[in-house]
Amino acid sequence: MFEGTVPLAHYLTLSAVLFVIGIAGVLVRRNVIVVFMSIEIMLNAVNISLIAFDHYLNLSNGQIFSFMVMCVAAAEVSVGLAIIIALHRNKPTVNLDEFNLLKW
Amino acid sequence: MELLIFYPIAGLCVALALGVILNTSPVGSAMCLIGMMLGLAGIFVLQQAHFIAVLQIIIYAGAIMVLFMFVIMLLNLKQTASADWISRDKNLFITILTSALAVGILYKIVDIIFMADLDSPAELPDTFGTVATVGESLFTDFVLPFEVASLLLLAAMIGAVVLAKPKLD
Repeated sequence: MFEGTVPLAHYLTLSAVLFVIGIAGVLVRRNVIVVFMSIEIMLNAVNISLIAFDHYLNLSNGQIFSFMVMCVAAAEVSVGLAIIIALHRNKPTVNLDEFNLLKW
Repeated sequence: MELLIFYPIAGLCVALALGVILNTSPVGSAMCLIGMMLGLAGIFVLQQAHFIAVLQIIIYAGAIMVLFMFVIMLLNLKQTASADWISRDKNLFITILTSALAVGILYKIVDIIFMADLDSPAELPDTFGTVATVGESLFTDFVLPFEVASLLLLAAMIGAVVLAKPKLD
């Protein structure tokens, strides 16, 4: 039962499950930091898919692309956390529901 | 044999991802996320993408999570109420609707994945996923995106400094 290599479908399923968990985190949680972490989960889930197809097709394009995803994630985290610090300076809370100035 | 390694790591990753979104304290979430990143590095090793696995540990589990912990400590977040993650009353209907949509999408994705016959990976050469192979591709075919990425990181660095700087008046 446990012989042979891992089929592509398993990697893609893991990726889909992690992506949906990330979406659930973004939709349900109200803490800004945790919402940010959920976005990281989604980016990582996509990386699994990219590298799984790479492994399946014997290319290195997917690895380059996941490298770029990591670059964008690093940039996004540094700017996003700076925004959170700036927000926290204006209003000492991390509850997303209380930041509604631009909402309507 | 590989499956015997895959299932525990995948289960651990999913459990830790759930831990991230269900944890009531942000520090606990961050710890779960670090564990998930390390688990995913294991998955990448299993896919023979060794370079990306090392990058995953250095960039995500190292740099990004340290930044998260730094900000959590800086903001001095109190442990929030235990009902923090439960959805808001006024949006209960929309929450249920969205959850149904997410579950439906997940079901359909898994359905399509298993319908397609994709069970025979190509024979991989020994050089797959090494720093040399990825680097060669990065500096020949993808040299322009690579340079643009450096520009992006510079812009992000300047942006972070400008945003986080207190107003001088």
